[in-house]
Amino acid sequence: MTDKIYLPADYVPVLIQSLVAFGFVAVTMFATHFISSKRKRIRTLRKDENFECGIDIQGNARFPFSVKYFLVAILFVLFDVEIIFFYPWAINFLEMGWFEFFEMLMFIALFLFGFYYILAKGALEWNKDE
Amino acid sequence: MPLYTQVEPPEGYSAPGFFATTLDQVVGLARKNSIWPLPFATSCCGIEFMATMGANYDLGRFGSERLSFSPRQADLLMVMGTIAKKMGPIVHQVYEQMAEPRWVIAVGACASSGGIFDTYSVLQGIDKVVPVDVYVPGCPPRPEQIIDGFMKIQELVGNESLRRRYSPEYRALLGKYGIK
Repeated sequence: MTDKIYLPADYVPVLIQSLVAFGFVAVTMFATHFISSKRKRIRTLRKDENFECGIDIQGNARFPFSVKYFLVAILFVLFDVEIIFFYPWAINFLEMGWFEFFEMLMFIALFLFGFYYILAKGALEWNKDE
Repeated sequence: MPLYTQVEPPEGYSAPGFFATTLDQVVGLARKNSIWPLPFATSCCGIEFMATMGANYDLGRFGSERLSFSPRQADLLMVMGTIAKKMGPIVHQVYEQMAEPRWVIAVGACASSGGIFDTYSVLQGIDKVVPVDVYVPGCPPRPEQIIDGFMKIQELVGNESLRRRYSPEYRALLGKYGIK
């Protein structure tokens, strides 16, 4: 490796590239207003609606729902990722010694402690009335 | 034998090496041979439409093999079948969501006039809720009749001025149907 000192001038192509990128966006945003027709077509509220089935929208998709779903999803992701770490370990199991075995035991122990914490906090008691 | 894969050129001035015509006619020619229909089939006329799209009658010969089930991509709303009064607002919204230019064909007696269902619950013709370009009679009409109606639509599409959809008359027409 040769020690090359990068001067600010070496980054001019990057600057030009960014200028072209931003310039293109800016120019097209203004140009469309000059290119497009001055005559306006009829545009109504119903035309711009998201759904196309012809039936009026009932309610909103963004409403509060029970935090239980979130808890279950997050806990699932946590333990799912733990399982993923097992795979490379299991594949190389034969070449590894006791050290790696105890390392994995420690890893599992950490997660078991986390599991105990979840149980102790009552995160998995779904039917309990507050 | 005429070549069915080609269309007749529009009226214009031609000499060796060039051909000149109006933009209206070129756009009309392109539009009329690539109509994307939105089938709005509610009853037996819809079954006839299935035959129309099938191999024997093959609406694809007219450049319409691509049905669009999104009103935003459709050019032609094909209302086929009885439209109950509850269905009226749905037809209206689907029409409203179609992009300009748009055309409507009422297939069958029910869509055109309510047909035999002269009752309190049935819309007496879809022209009560959307402007209709072509009416196809029959109960239900045979695929030949639907194709005939479709060719009438093609005639309208091909001869439409590019400025029609911006005209105050057209705005007034839509205004009559509550689209402003």
